[in-house]
Amino acid sequence: MIQSRQSAVIILHIAAILLLFVLQFVLPDYHQLAMTRVMVLAIFAMGYNMLFGYTGLLSLGHAMFFAAGLYGAGLTAYYFGWSVPVAFVAGIGSGFVLSLVIGLVSLRTSGVAFMIVTMMFAQVAYLTTTYFTDYTRGEEGLVLPQAARSFDLLGVHFDLTSAVLRYNLSLVLLAATVAITLLIVRGPLGRALVAIRENEPRTVMLGYDTFRLKLMAVTLSGTISAMAGATYALLFAYIGAGFATIQYSIEALLFTLLGGAGTVLGPLVGTAAMFYLIDIASSYTVAYMLAVGIALVLLVLFFPKGILGTIRERWLPWLP
Amino acid sequence: MAFGPFLLLATFEGLLQAAILTLTALGLSLVFGVMRVVNVAHGEFYMLGAVIAWWVSTFVSSMFGMPPAVGFIAALIVSPLAVGAIAMVGERLILKRLNYNPESTIVATIGMLYIIQQSVLLTYGPDARRVAAPFYYRIQLPWFGYSGYNLFVIAAAAVLLLIVWFILSRTRIGLIMRATQFDAETAQAFGIPIDRVYSLVFAAGAMLAAIGAVLVVPIRQAHYLMGLDPLLLSFITVIIGGLGSLRGTVIAALLIGLSDGIISVFFSPTLAKMISTLLVALVLVFKPEGLFGAKAR
Repeated sequence: MIQSRQSAVIILHIAAILLLFVLQFVLPDYHQLAMTRVMVLAIFAMGYNMLFGYTGLLSLGHAMFFAAGLYGAGLTAYYFGWSVPVAFVAGIGSGFVLSLVIGLVSLRTSGVAFMIVTMMFAQVAYLTTTYFTDYTRGEEGLVLPQAARSFDLLGVHFDLTSAVLRYNLSLVLLAATVAITLLIVRGPLGRALVAIRENEPRTVMLGYDTFRLKLMAVTLSGTISAMAGATYALLFAYIGAGFATIQYSIEALLFTLLGGAGTVLGPLVGTAAMFYLIDIASSYTVAYMLAVGIALVLLVLFFPKGILGTIRERWLPWLP
Repeated sequence: MAFGPFLLLATFEGLLQAAILTLTALGLSLVFGVMRVVNVAHGEFYMLGAVIAWWVSTFVSSMFGMPPAVGFIAALIVSPLAVGAIAMVGERLILKRLNYNPESTIVATIGMLYIIQQSVLLTYGPDARRVAAPFYYRIQLPWFGYSGYNLFVIAAAAVLLLIVWFILSRTRIGLIMRATQFDAETAQAFGIPIDRVYSLVFAAGAMLAAIGAVLVVPIRQAHYLMGLDPLLLSFITVIIGGLGSLRGTVIAALLIGLSDGIISVFFSPTLAKMISTLLVALVLVFKPEGLFGAKAR
């Protein structure tokens, strides 16, 4: 029984990735580009979900981790001319360091104070990007030079102006994130994190060092979010302070809530649904963020478990 | 201008900032103190107060040809009442159904923030508009002239503050509010309708922000994005003052308003904001009860 569920889980997630792979042959150009963005943002939401969905810590500052990846990769590529793979690693590295530091400081608080502290640190990060406007060009942003649009790896030449390559690269990274998330949440670390979410004092009593576990969750979550930011910068060759605003932190929360917090594929489903909802709303009105507001209120009132969370509750209790 | 008069001017600006900040932060602190709800939409109630004030005063002066003072007084009455009513509807329809769960209410008030802000964008538009001040009077000091209206705002905020203090500490309603804040369950057991207290407090918090906005709108313009800065500043004030402590909130608002006014006259405003936000976050981490608050029970 357990064996068959194990394989059902693996088959389901491989099928989801395969579906996305096949989609590129069907989708018209516009939607292919849209889905590329959706996949990158879904990686961001999956990083967020690691902390919010599995550990139960609500952060309102994940835009700073996304921006750390974005600027870590973008600025090194722009100013030092680092090649794409090196800049990518630099982006992830800066996200790792930032999330470790932020985690060490902000995890001294909990609950409401944690949300406010993360929001304030993110606001400081945003103000920092606009303060150093000589280097970052603030809200206006930087466009990466032609040299950062292609790279050679293991003797193969990659051209990032190709839409097909961008789609498949983000699919590979998404698949890797799904695999990592699955491994973690089904392993001992994930179970300990869920235990913290459900009842932290009891987890302490069982002998777990919850501070260390929560720090690992923040760092993992921040690093995955930074990977999404680095990917975004390098694939679309643009970095701007707009990505560090509080709106991006809230969107990560919204994507996760809509798809289902604490489910592996939930953030992907939520990102795709919300991305297209905003896309459609913005073709009708300038006030498209109204859709975000209404979605948040309706979700929290009537649908707090999100799409996949509800499916798991009703029909598929084995869904990770 | 010499340094002394320059500092005096900066102090006036700081006092003005502090006056408005006290009113908005007091609203946020009241809601958090009594209901334990972090109201992220608080800045939007401020914005709504300013926008409705513009509507009312424009309506009064264009329909009846009244002088600006009448329009302003009409706005001072109508705008807080309208904002209070909207806040009460939001509280009944959304927050009450969530049982005031801290995390859910934060997400819900973020949603309310966007709903209010974007609805104003749809109806009022993206322009910034000014309301005519009720009177123009320049106080001529030896070194510079200063707007008498600004000083009126400072005095009005001080009077309002006294009224709030009187209601909270000397009246029955205030006693009921304090009892609910101290222990909602026991208060309910003693027959206090905490349900109604909550919606009253939420409306009152929003009204305080709206009054601050009506007072400020002849000086600064009404704009659909004007809510974010007061929100962050009020957060900062409430944290420094100690979450839920009203006396601390007032002291902190004075401190922050004055220093913000003075610092941004002398230094880059972005740098000032960066440093103050960082400092406040660290206060919350290392001294979570705030600088003036009591230890959590």
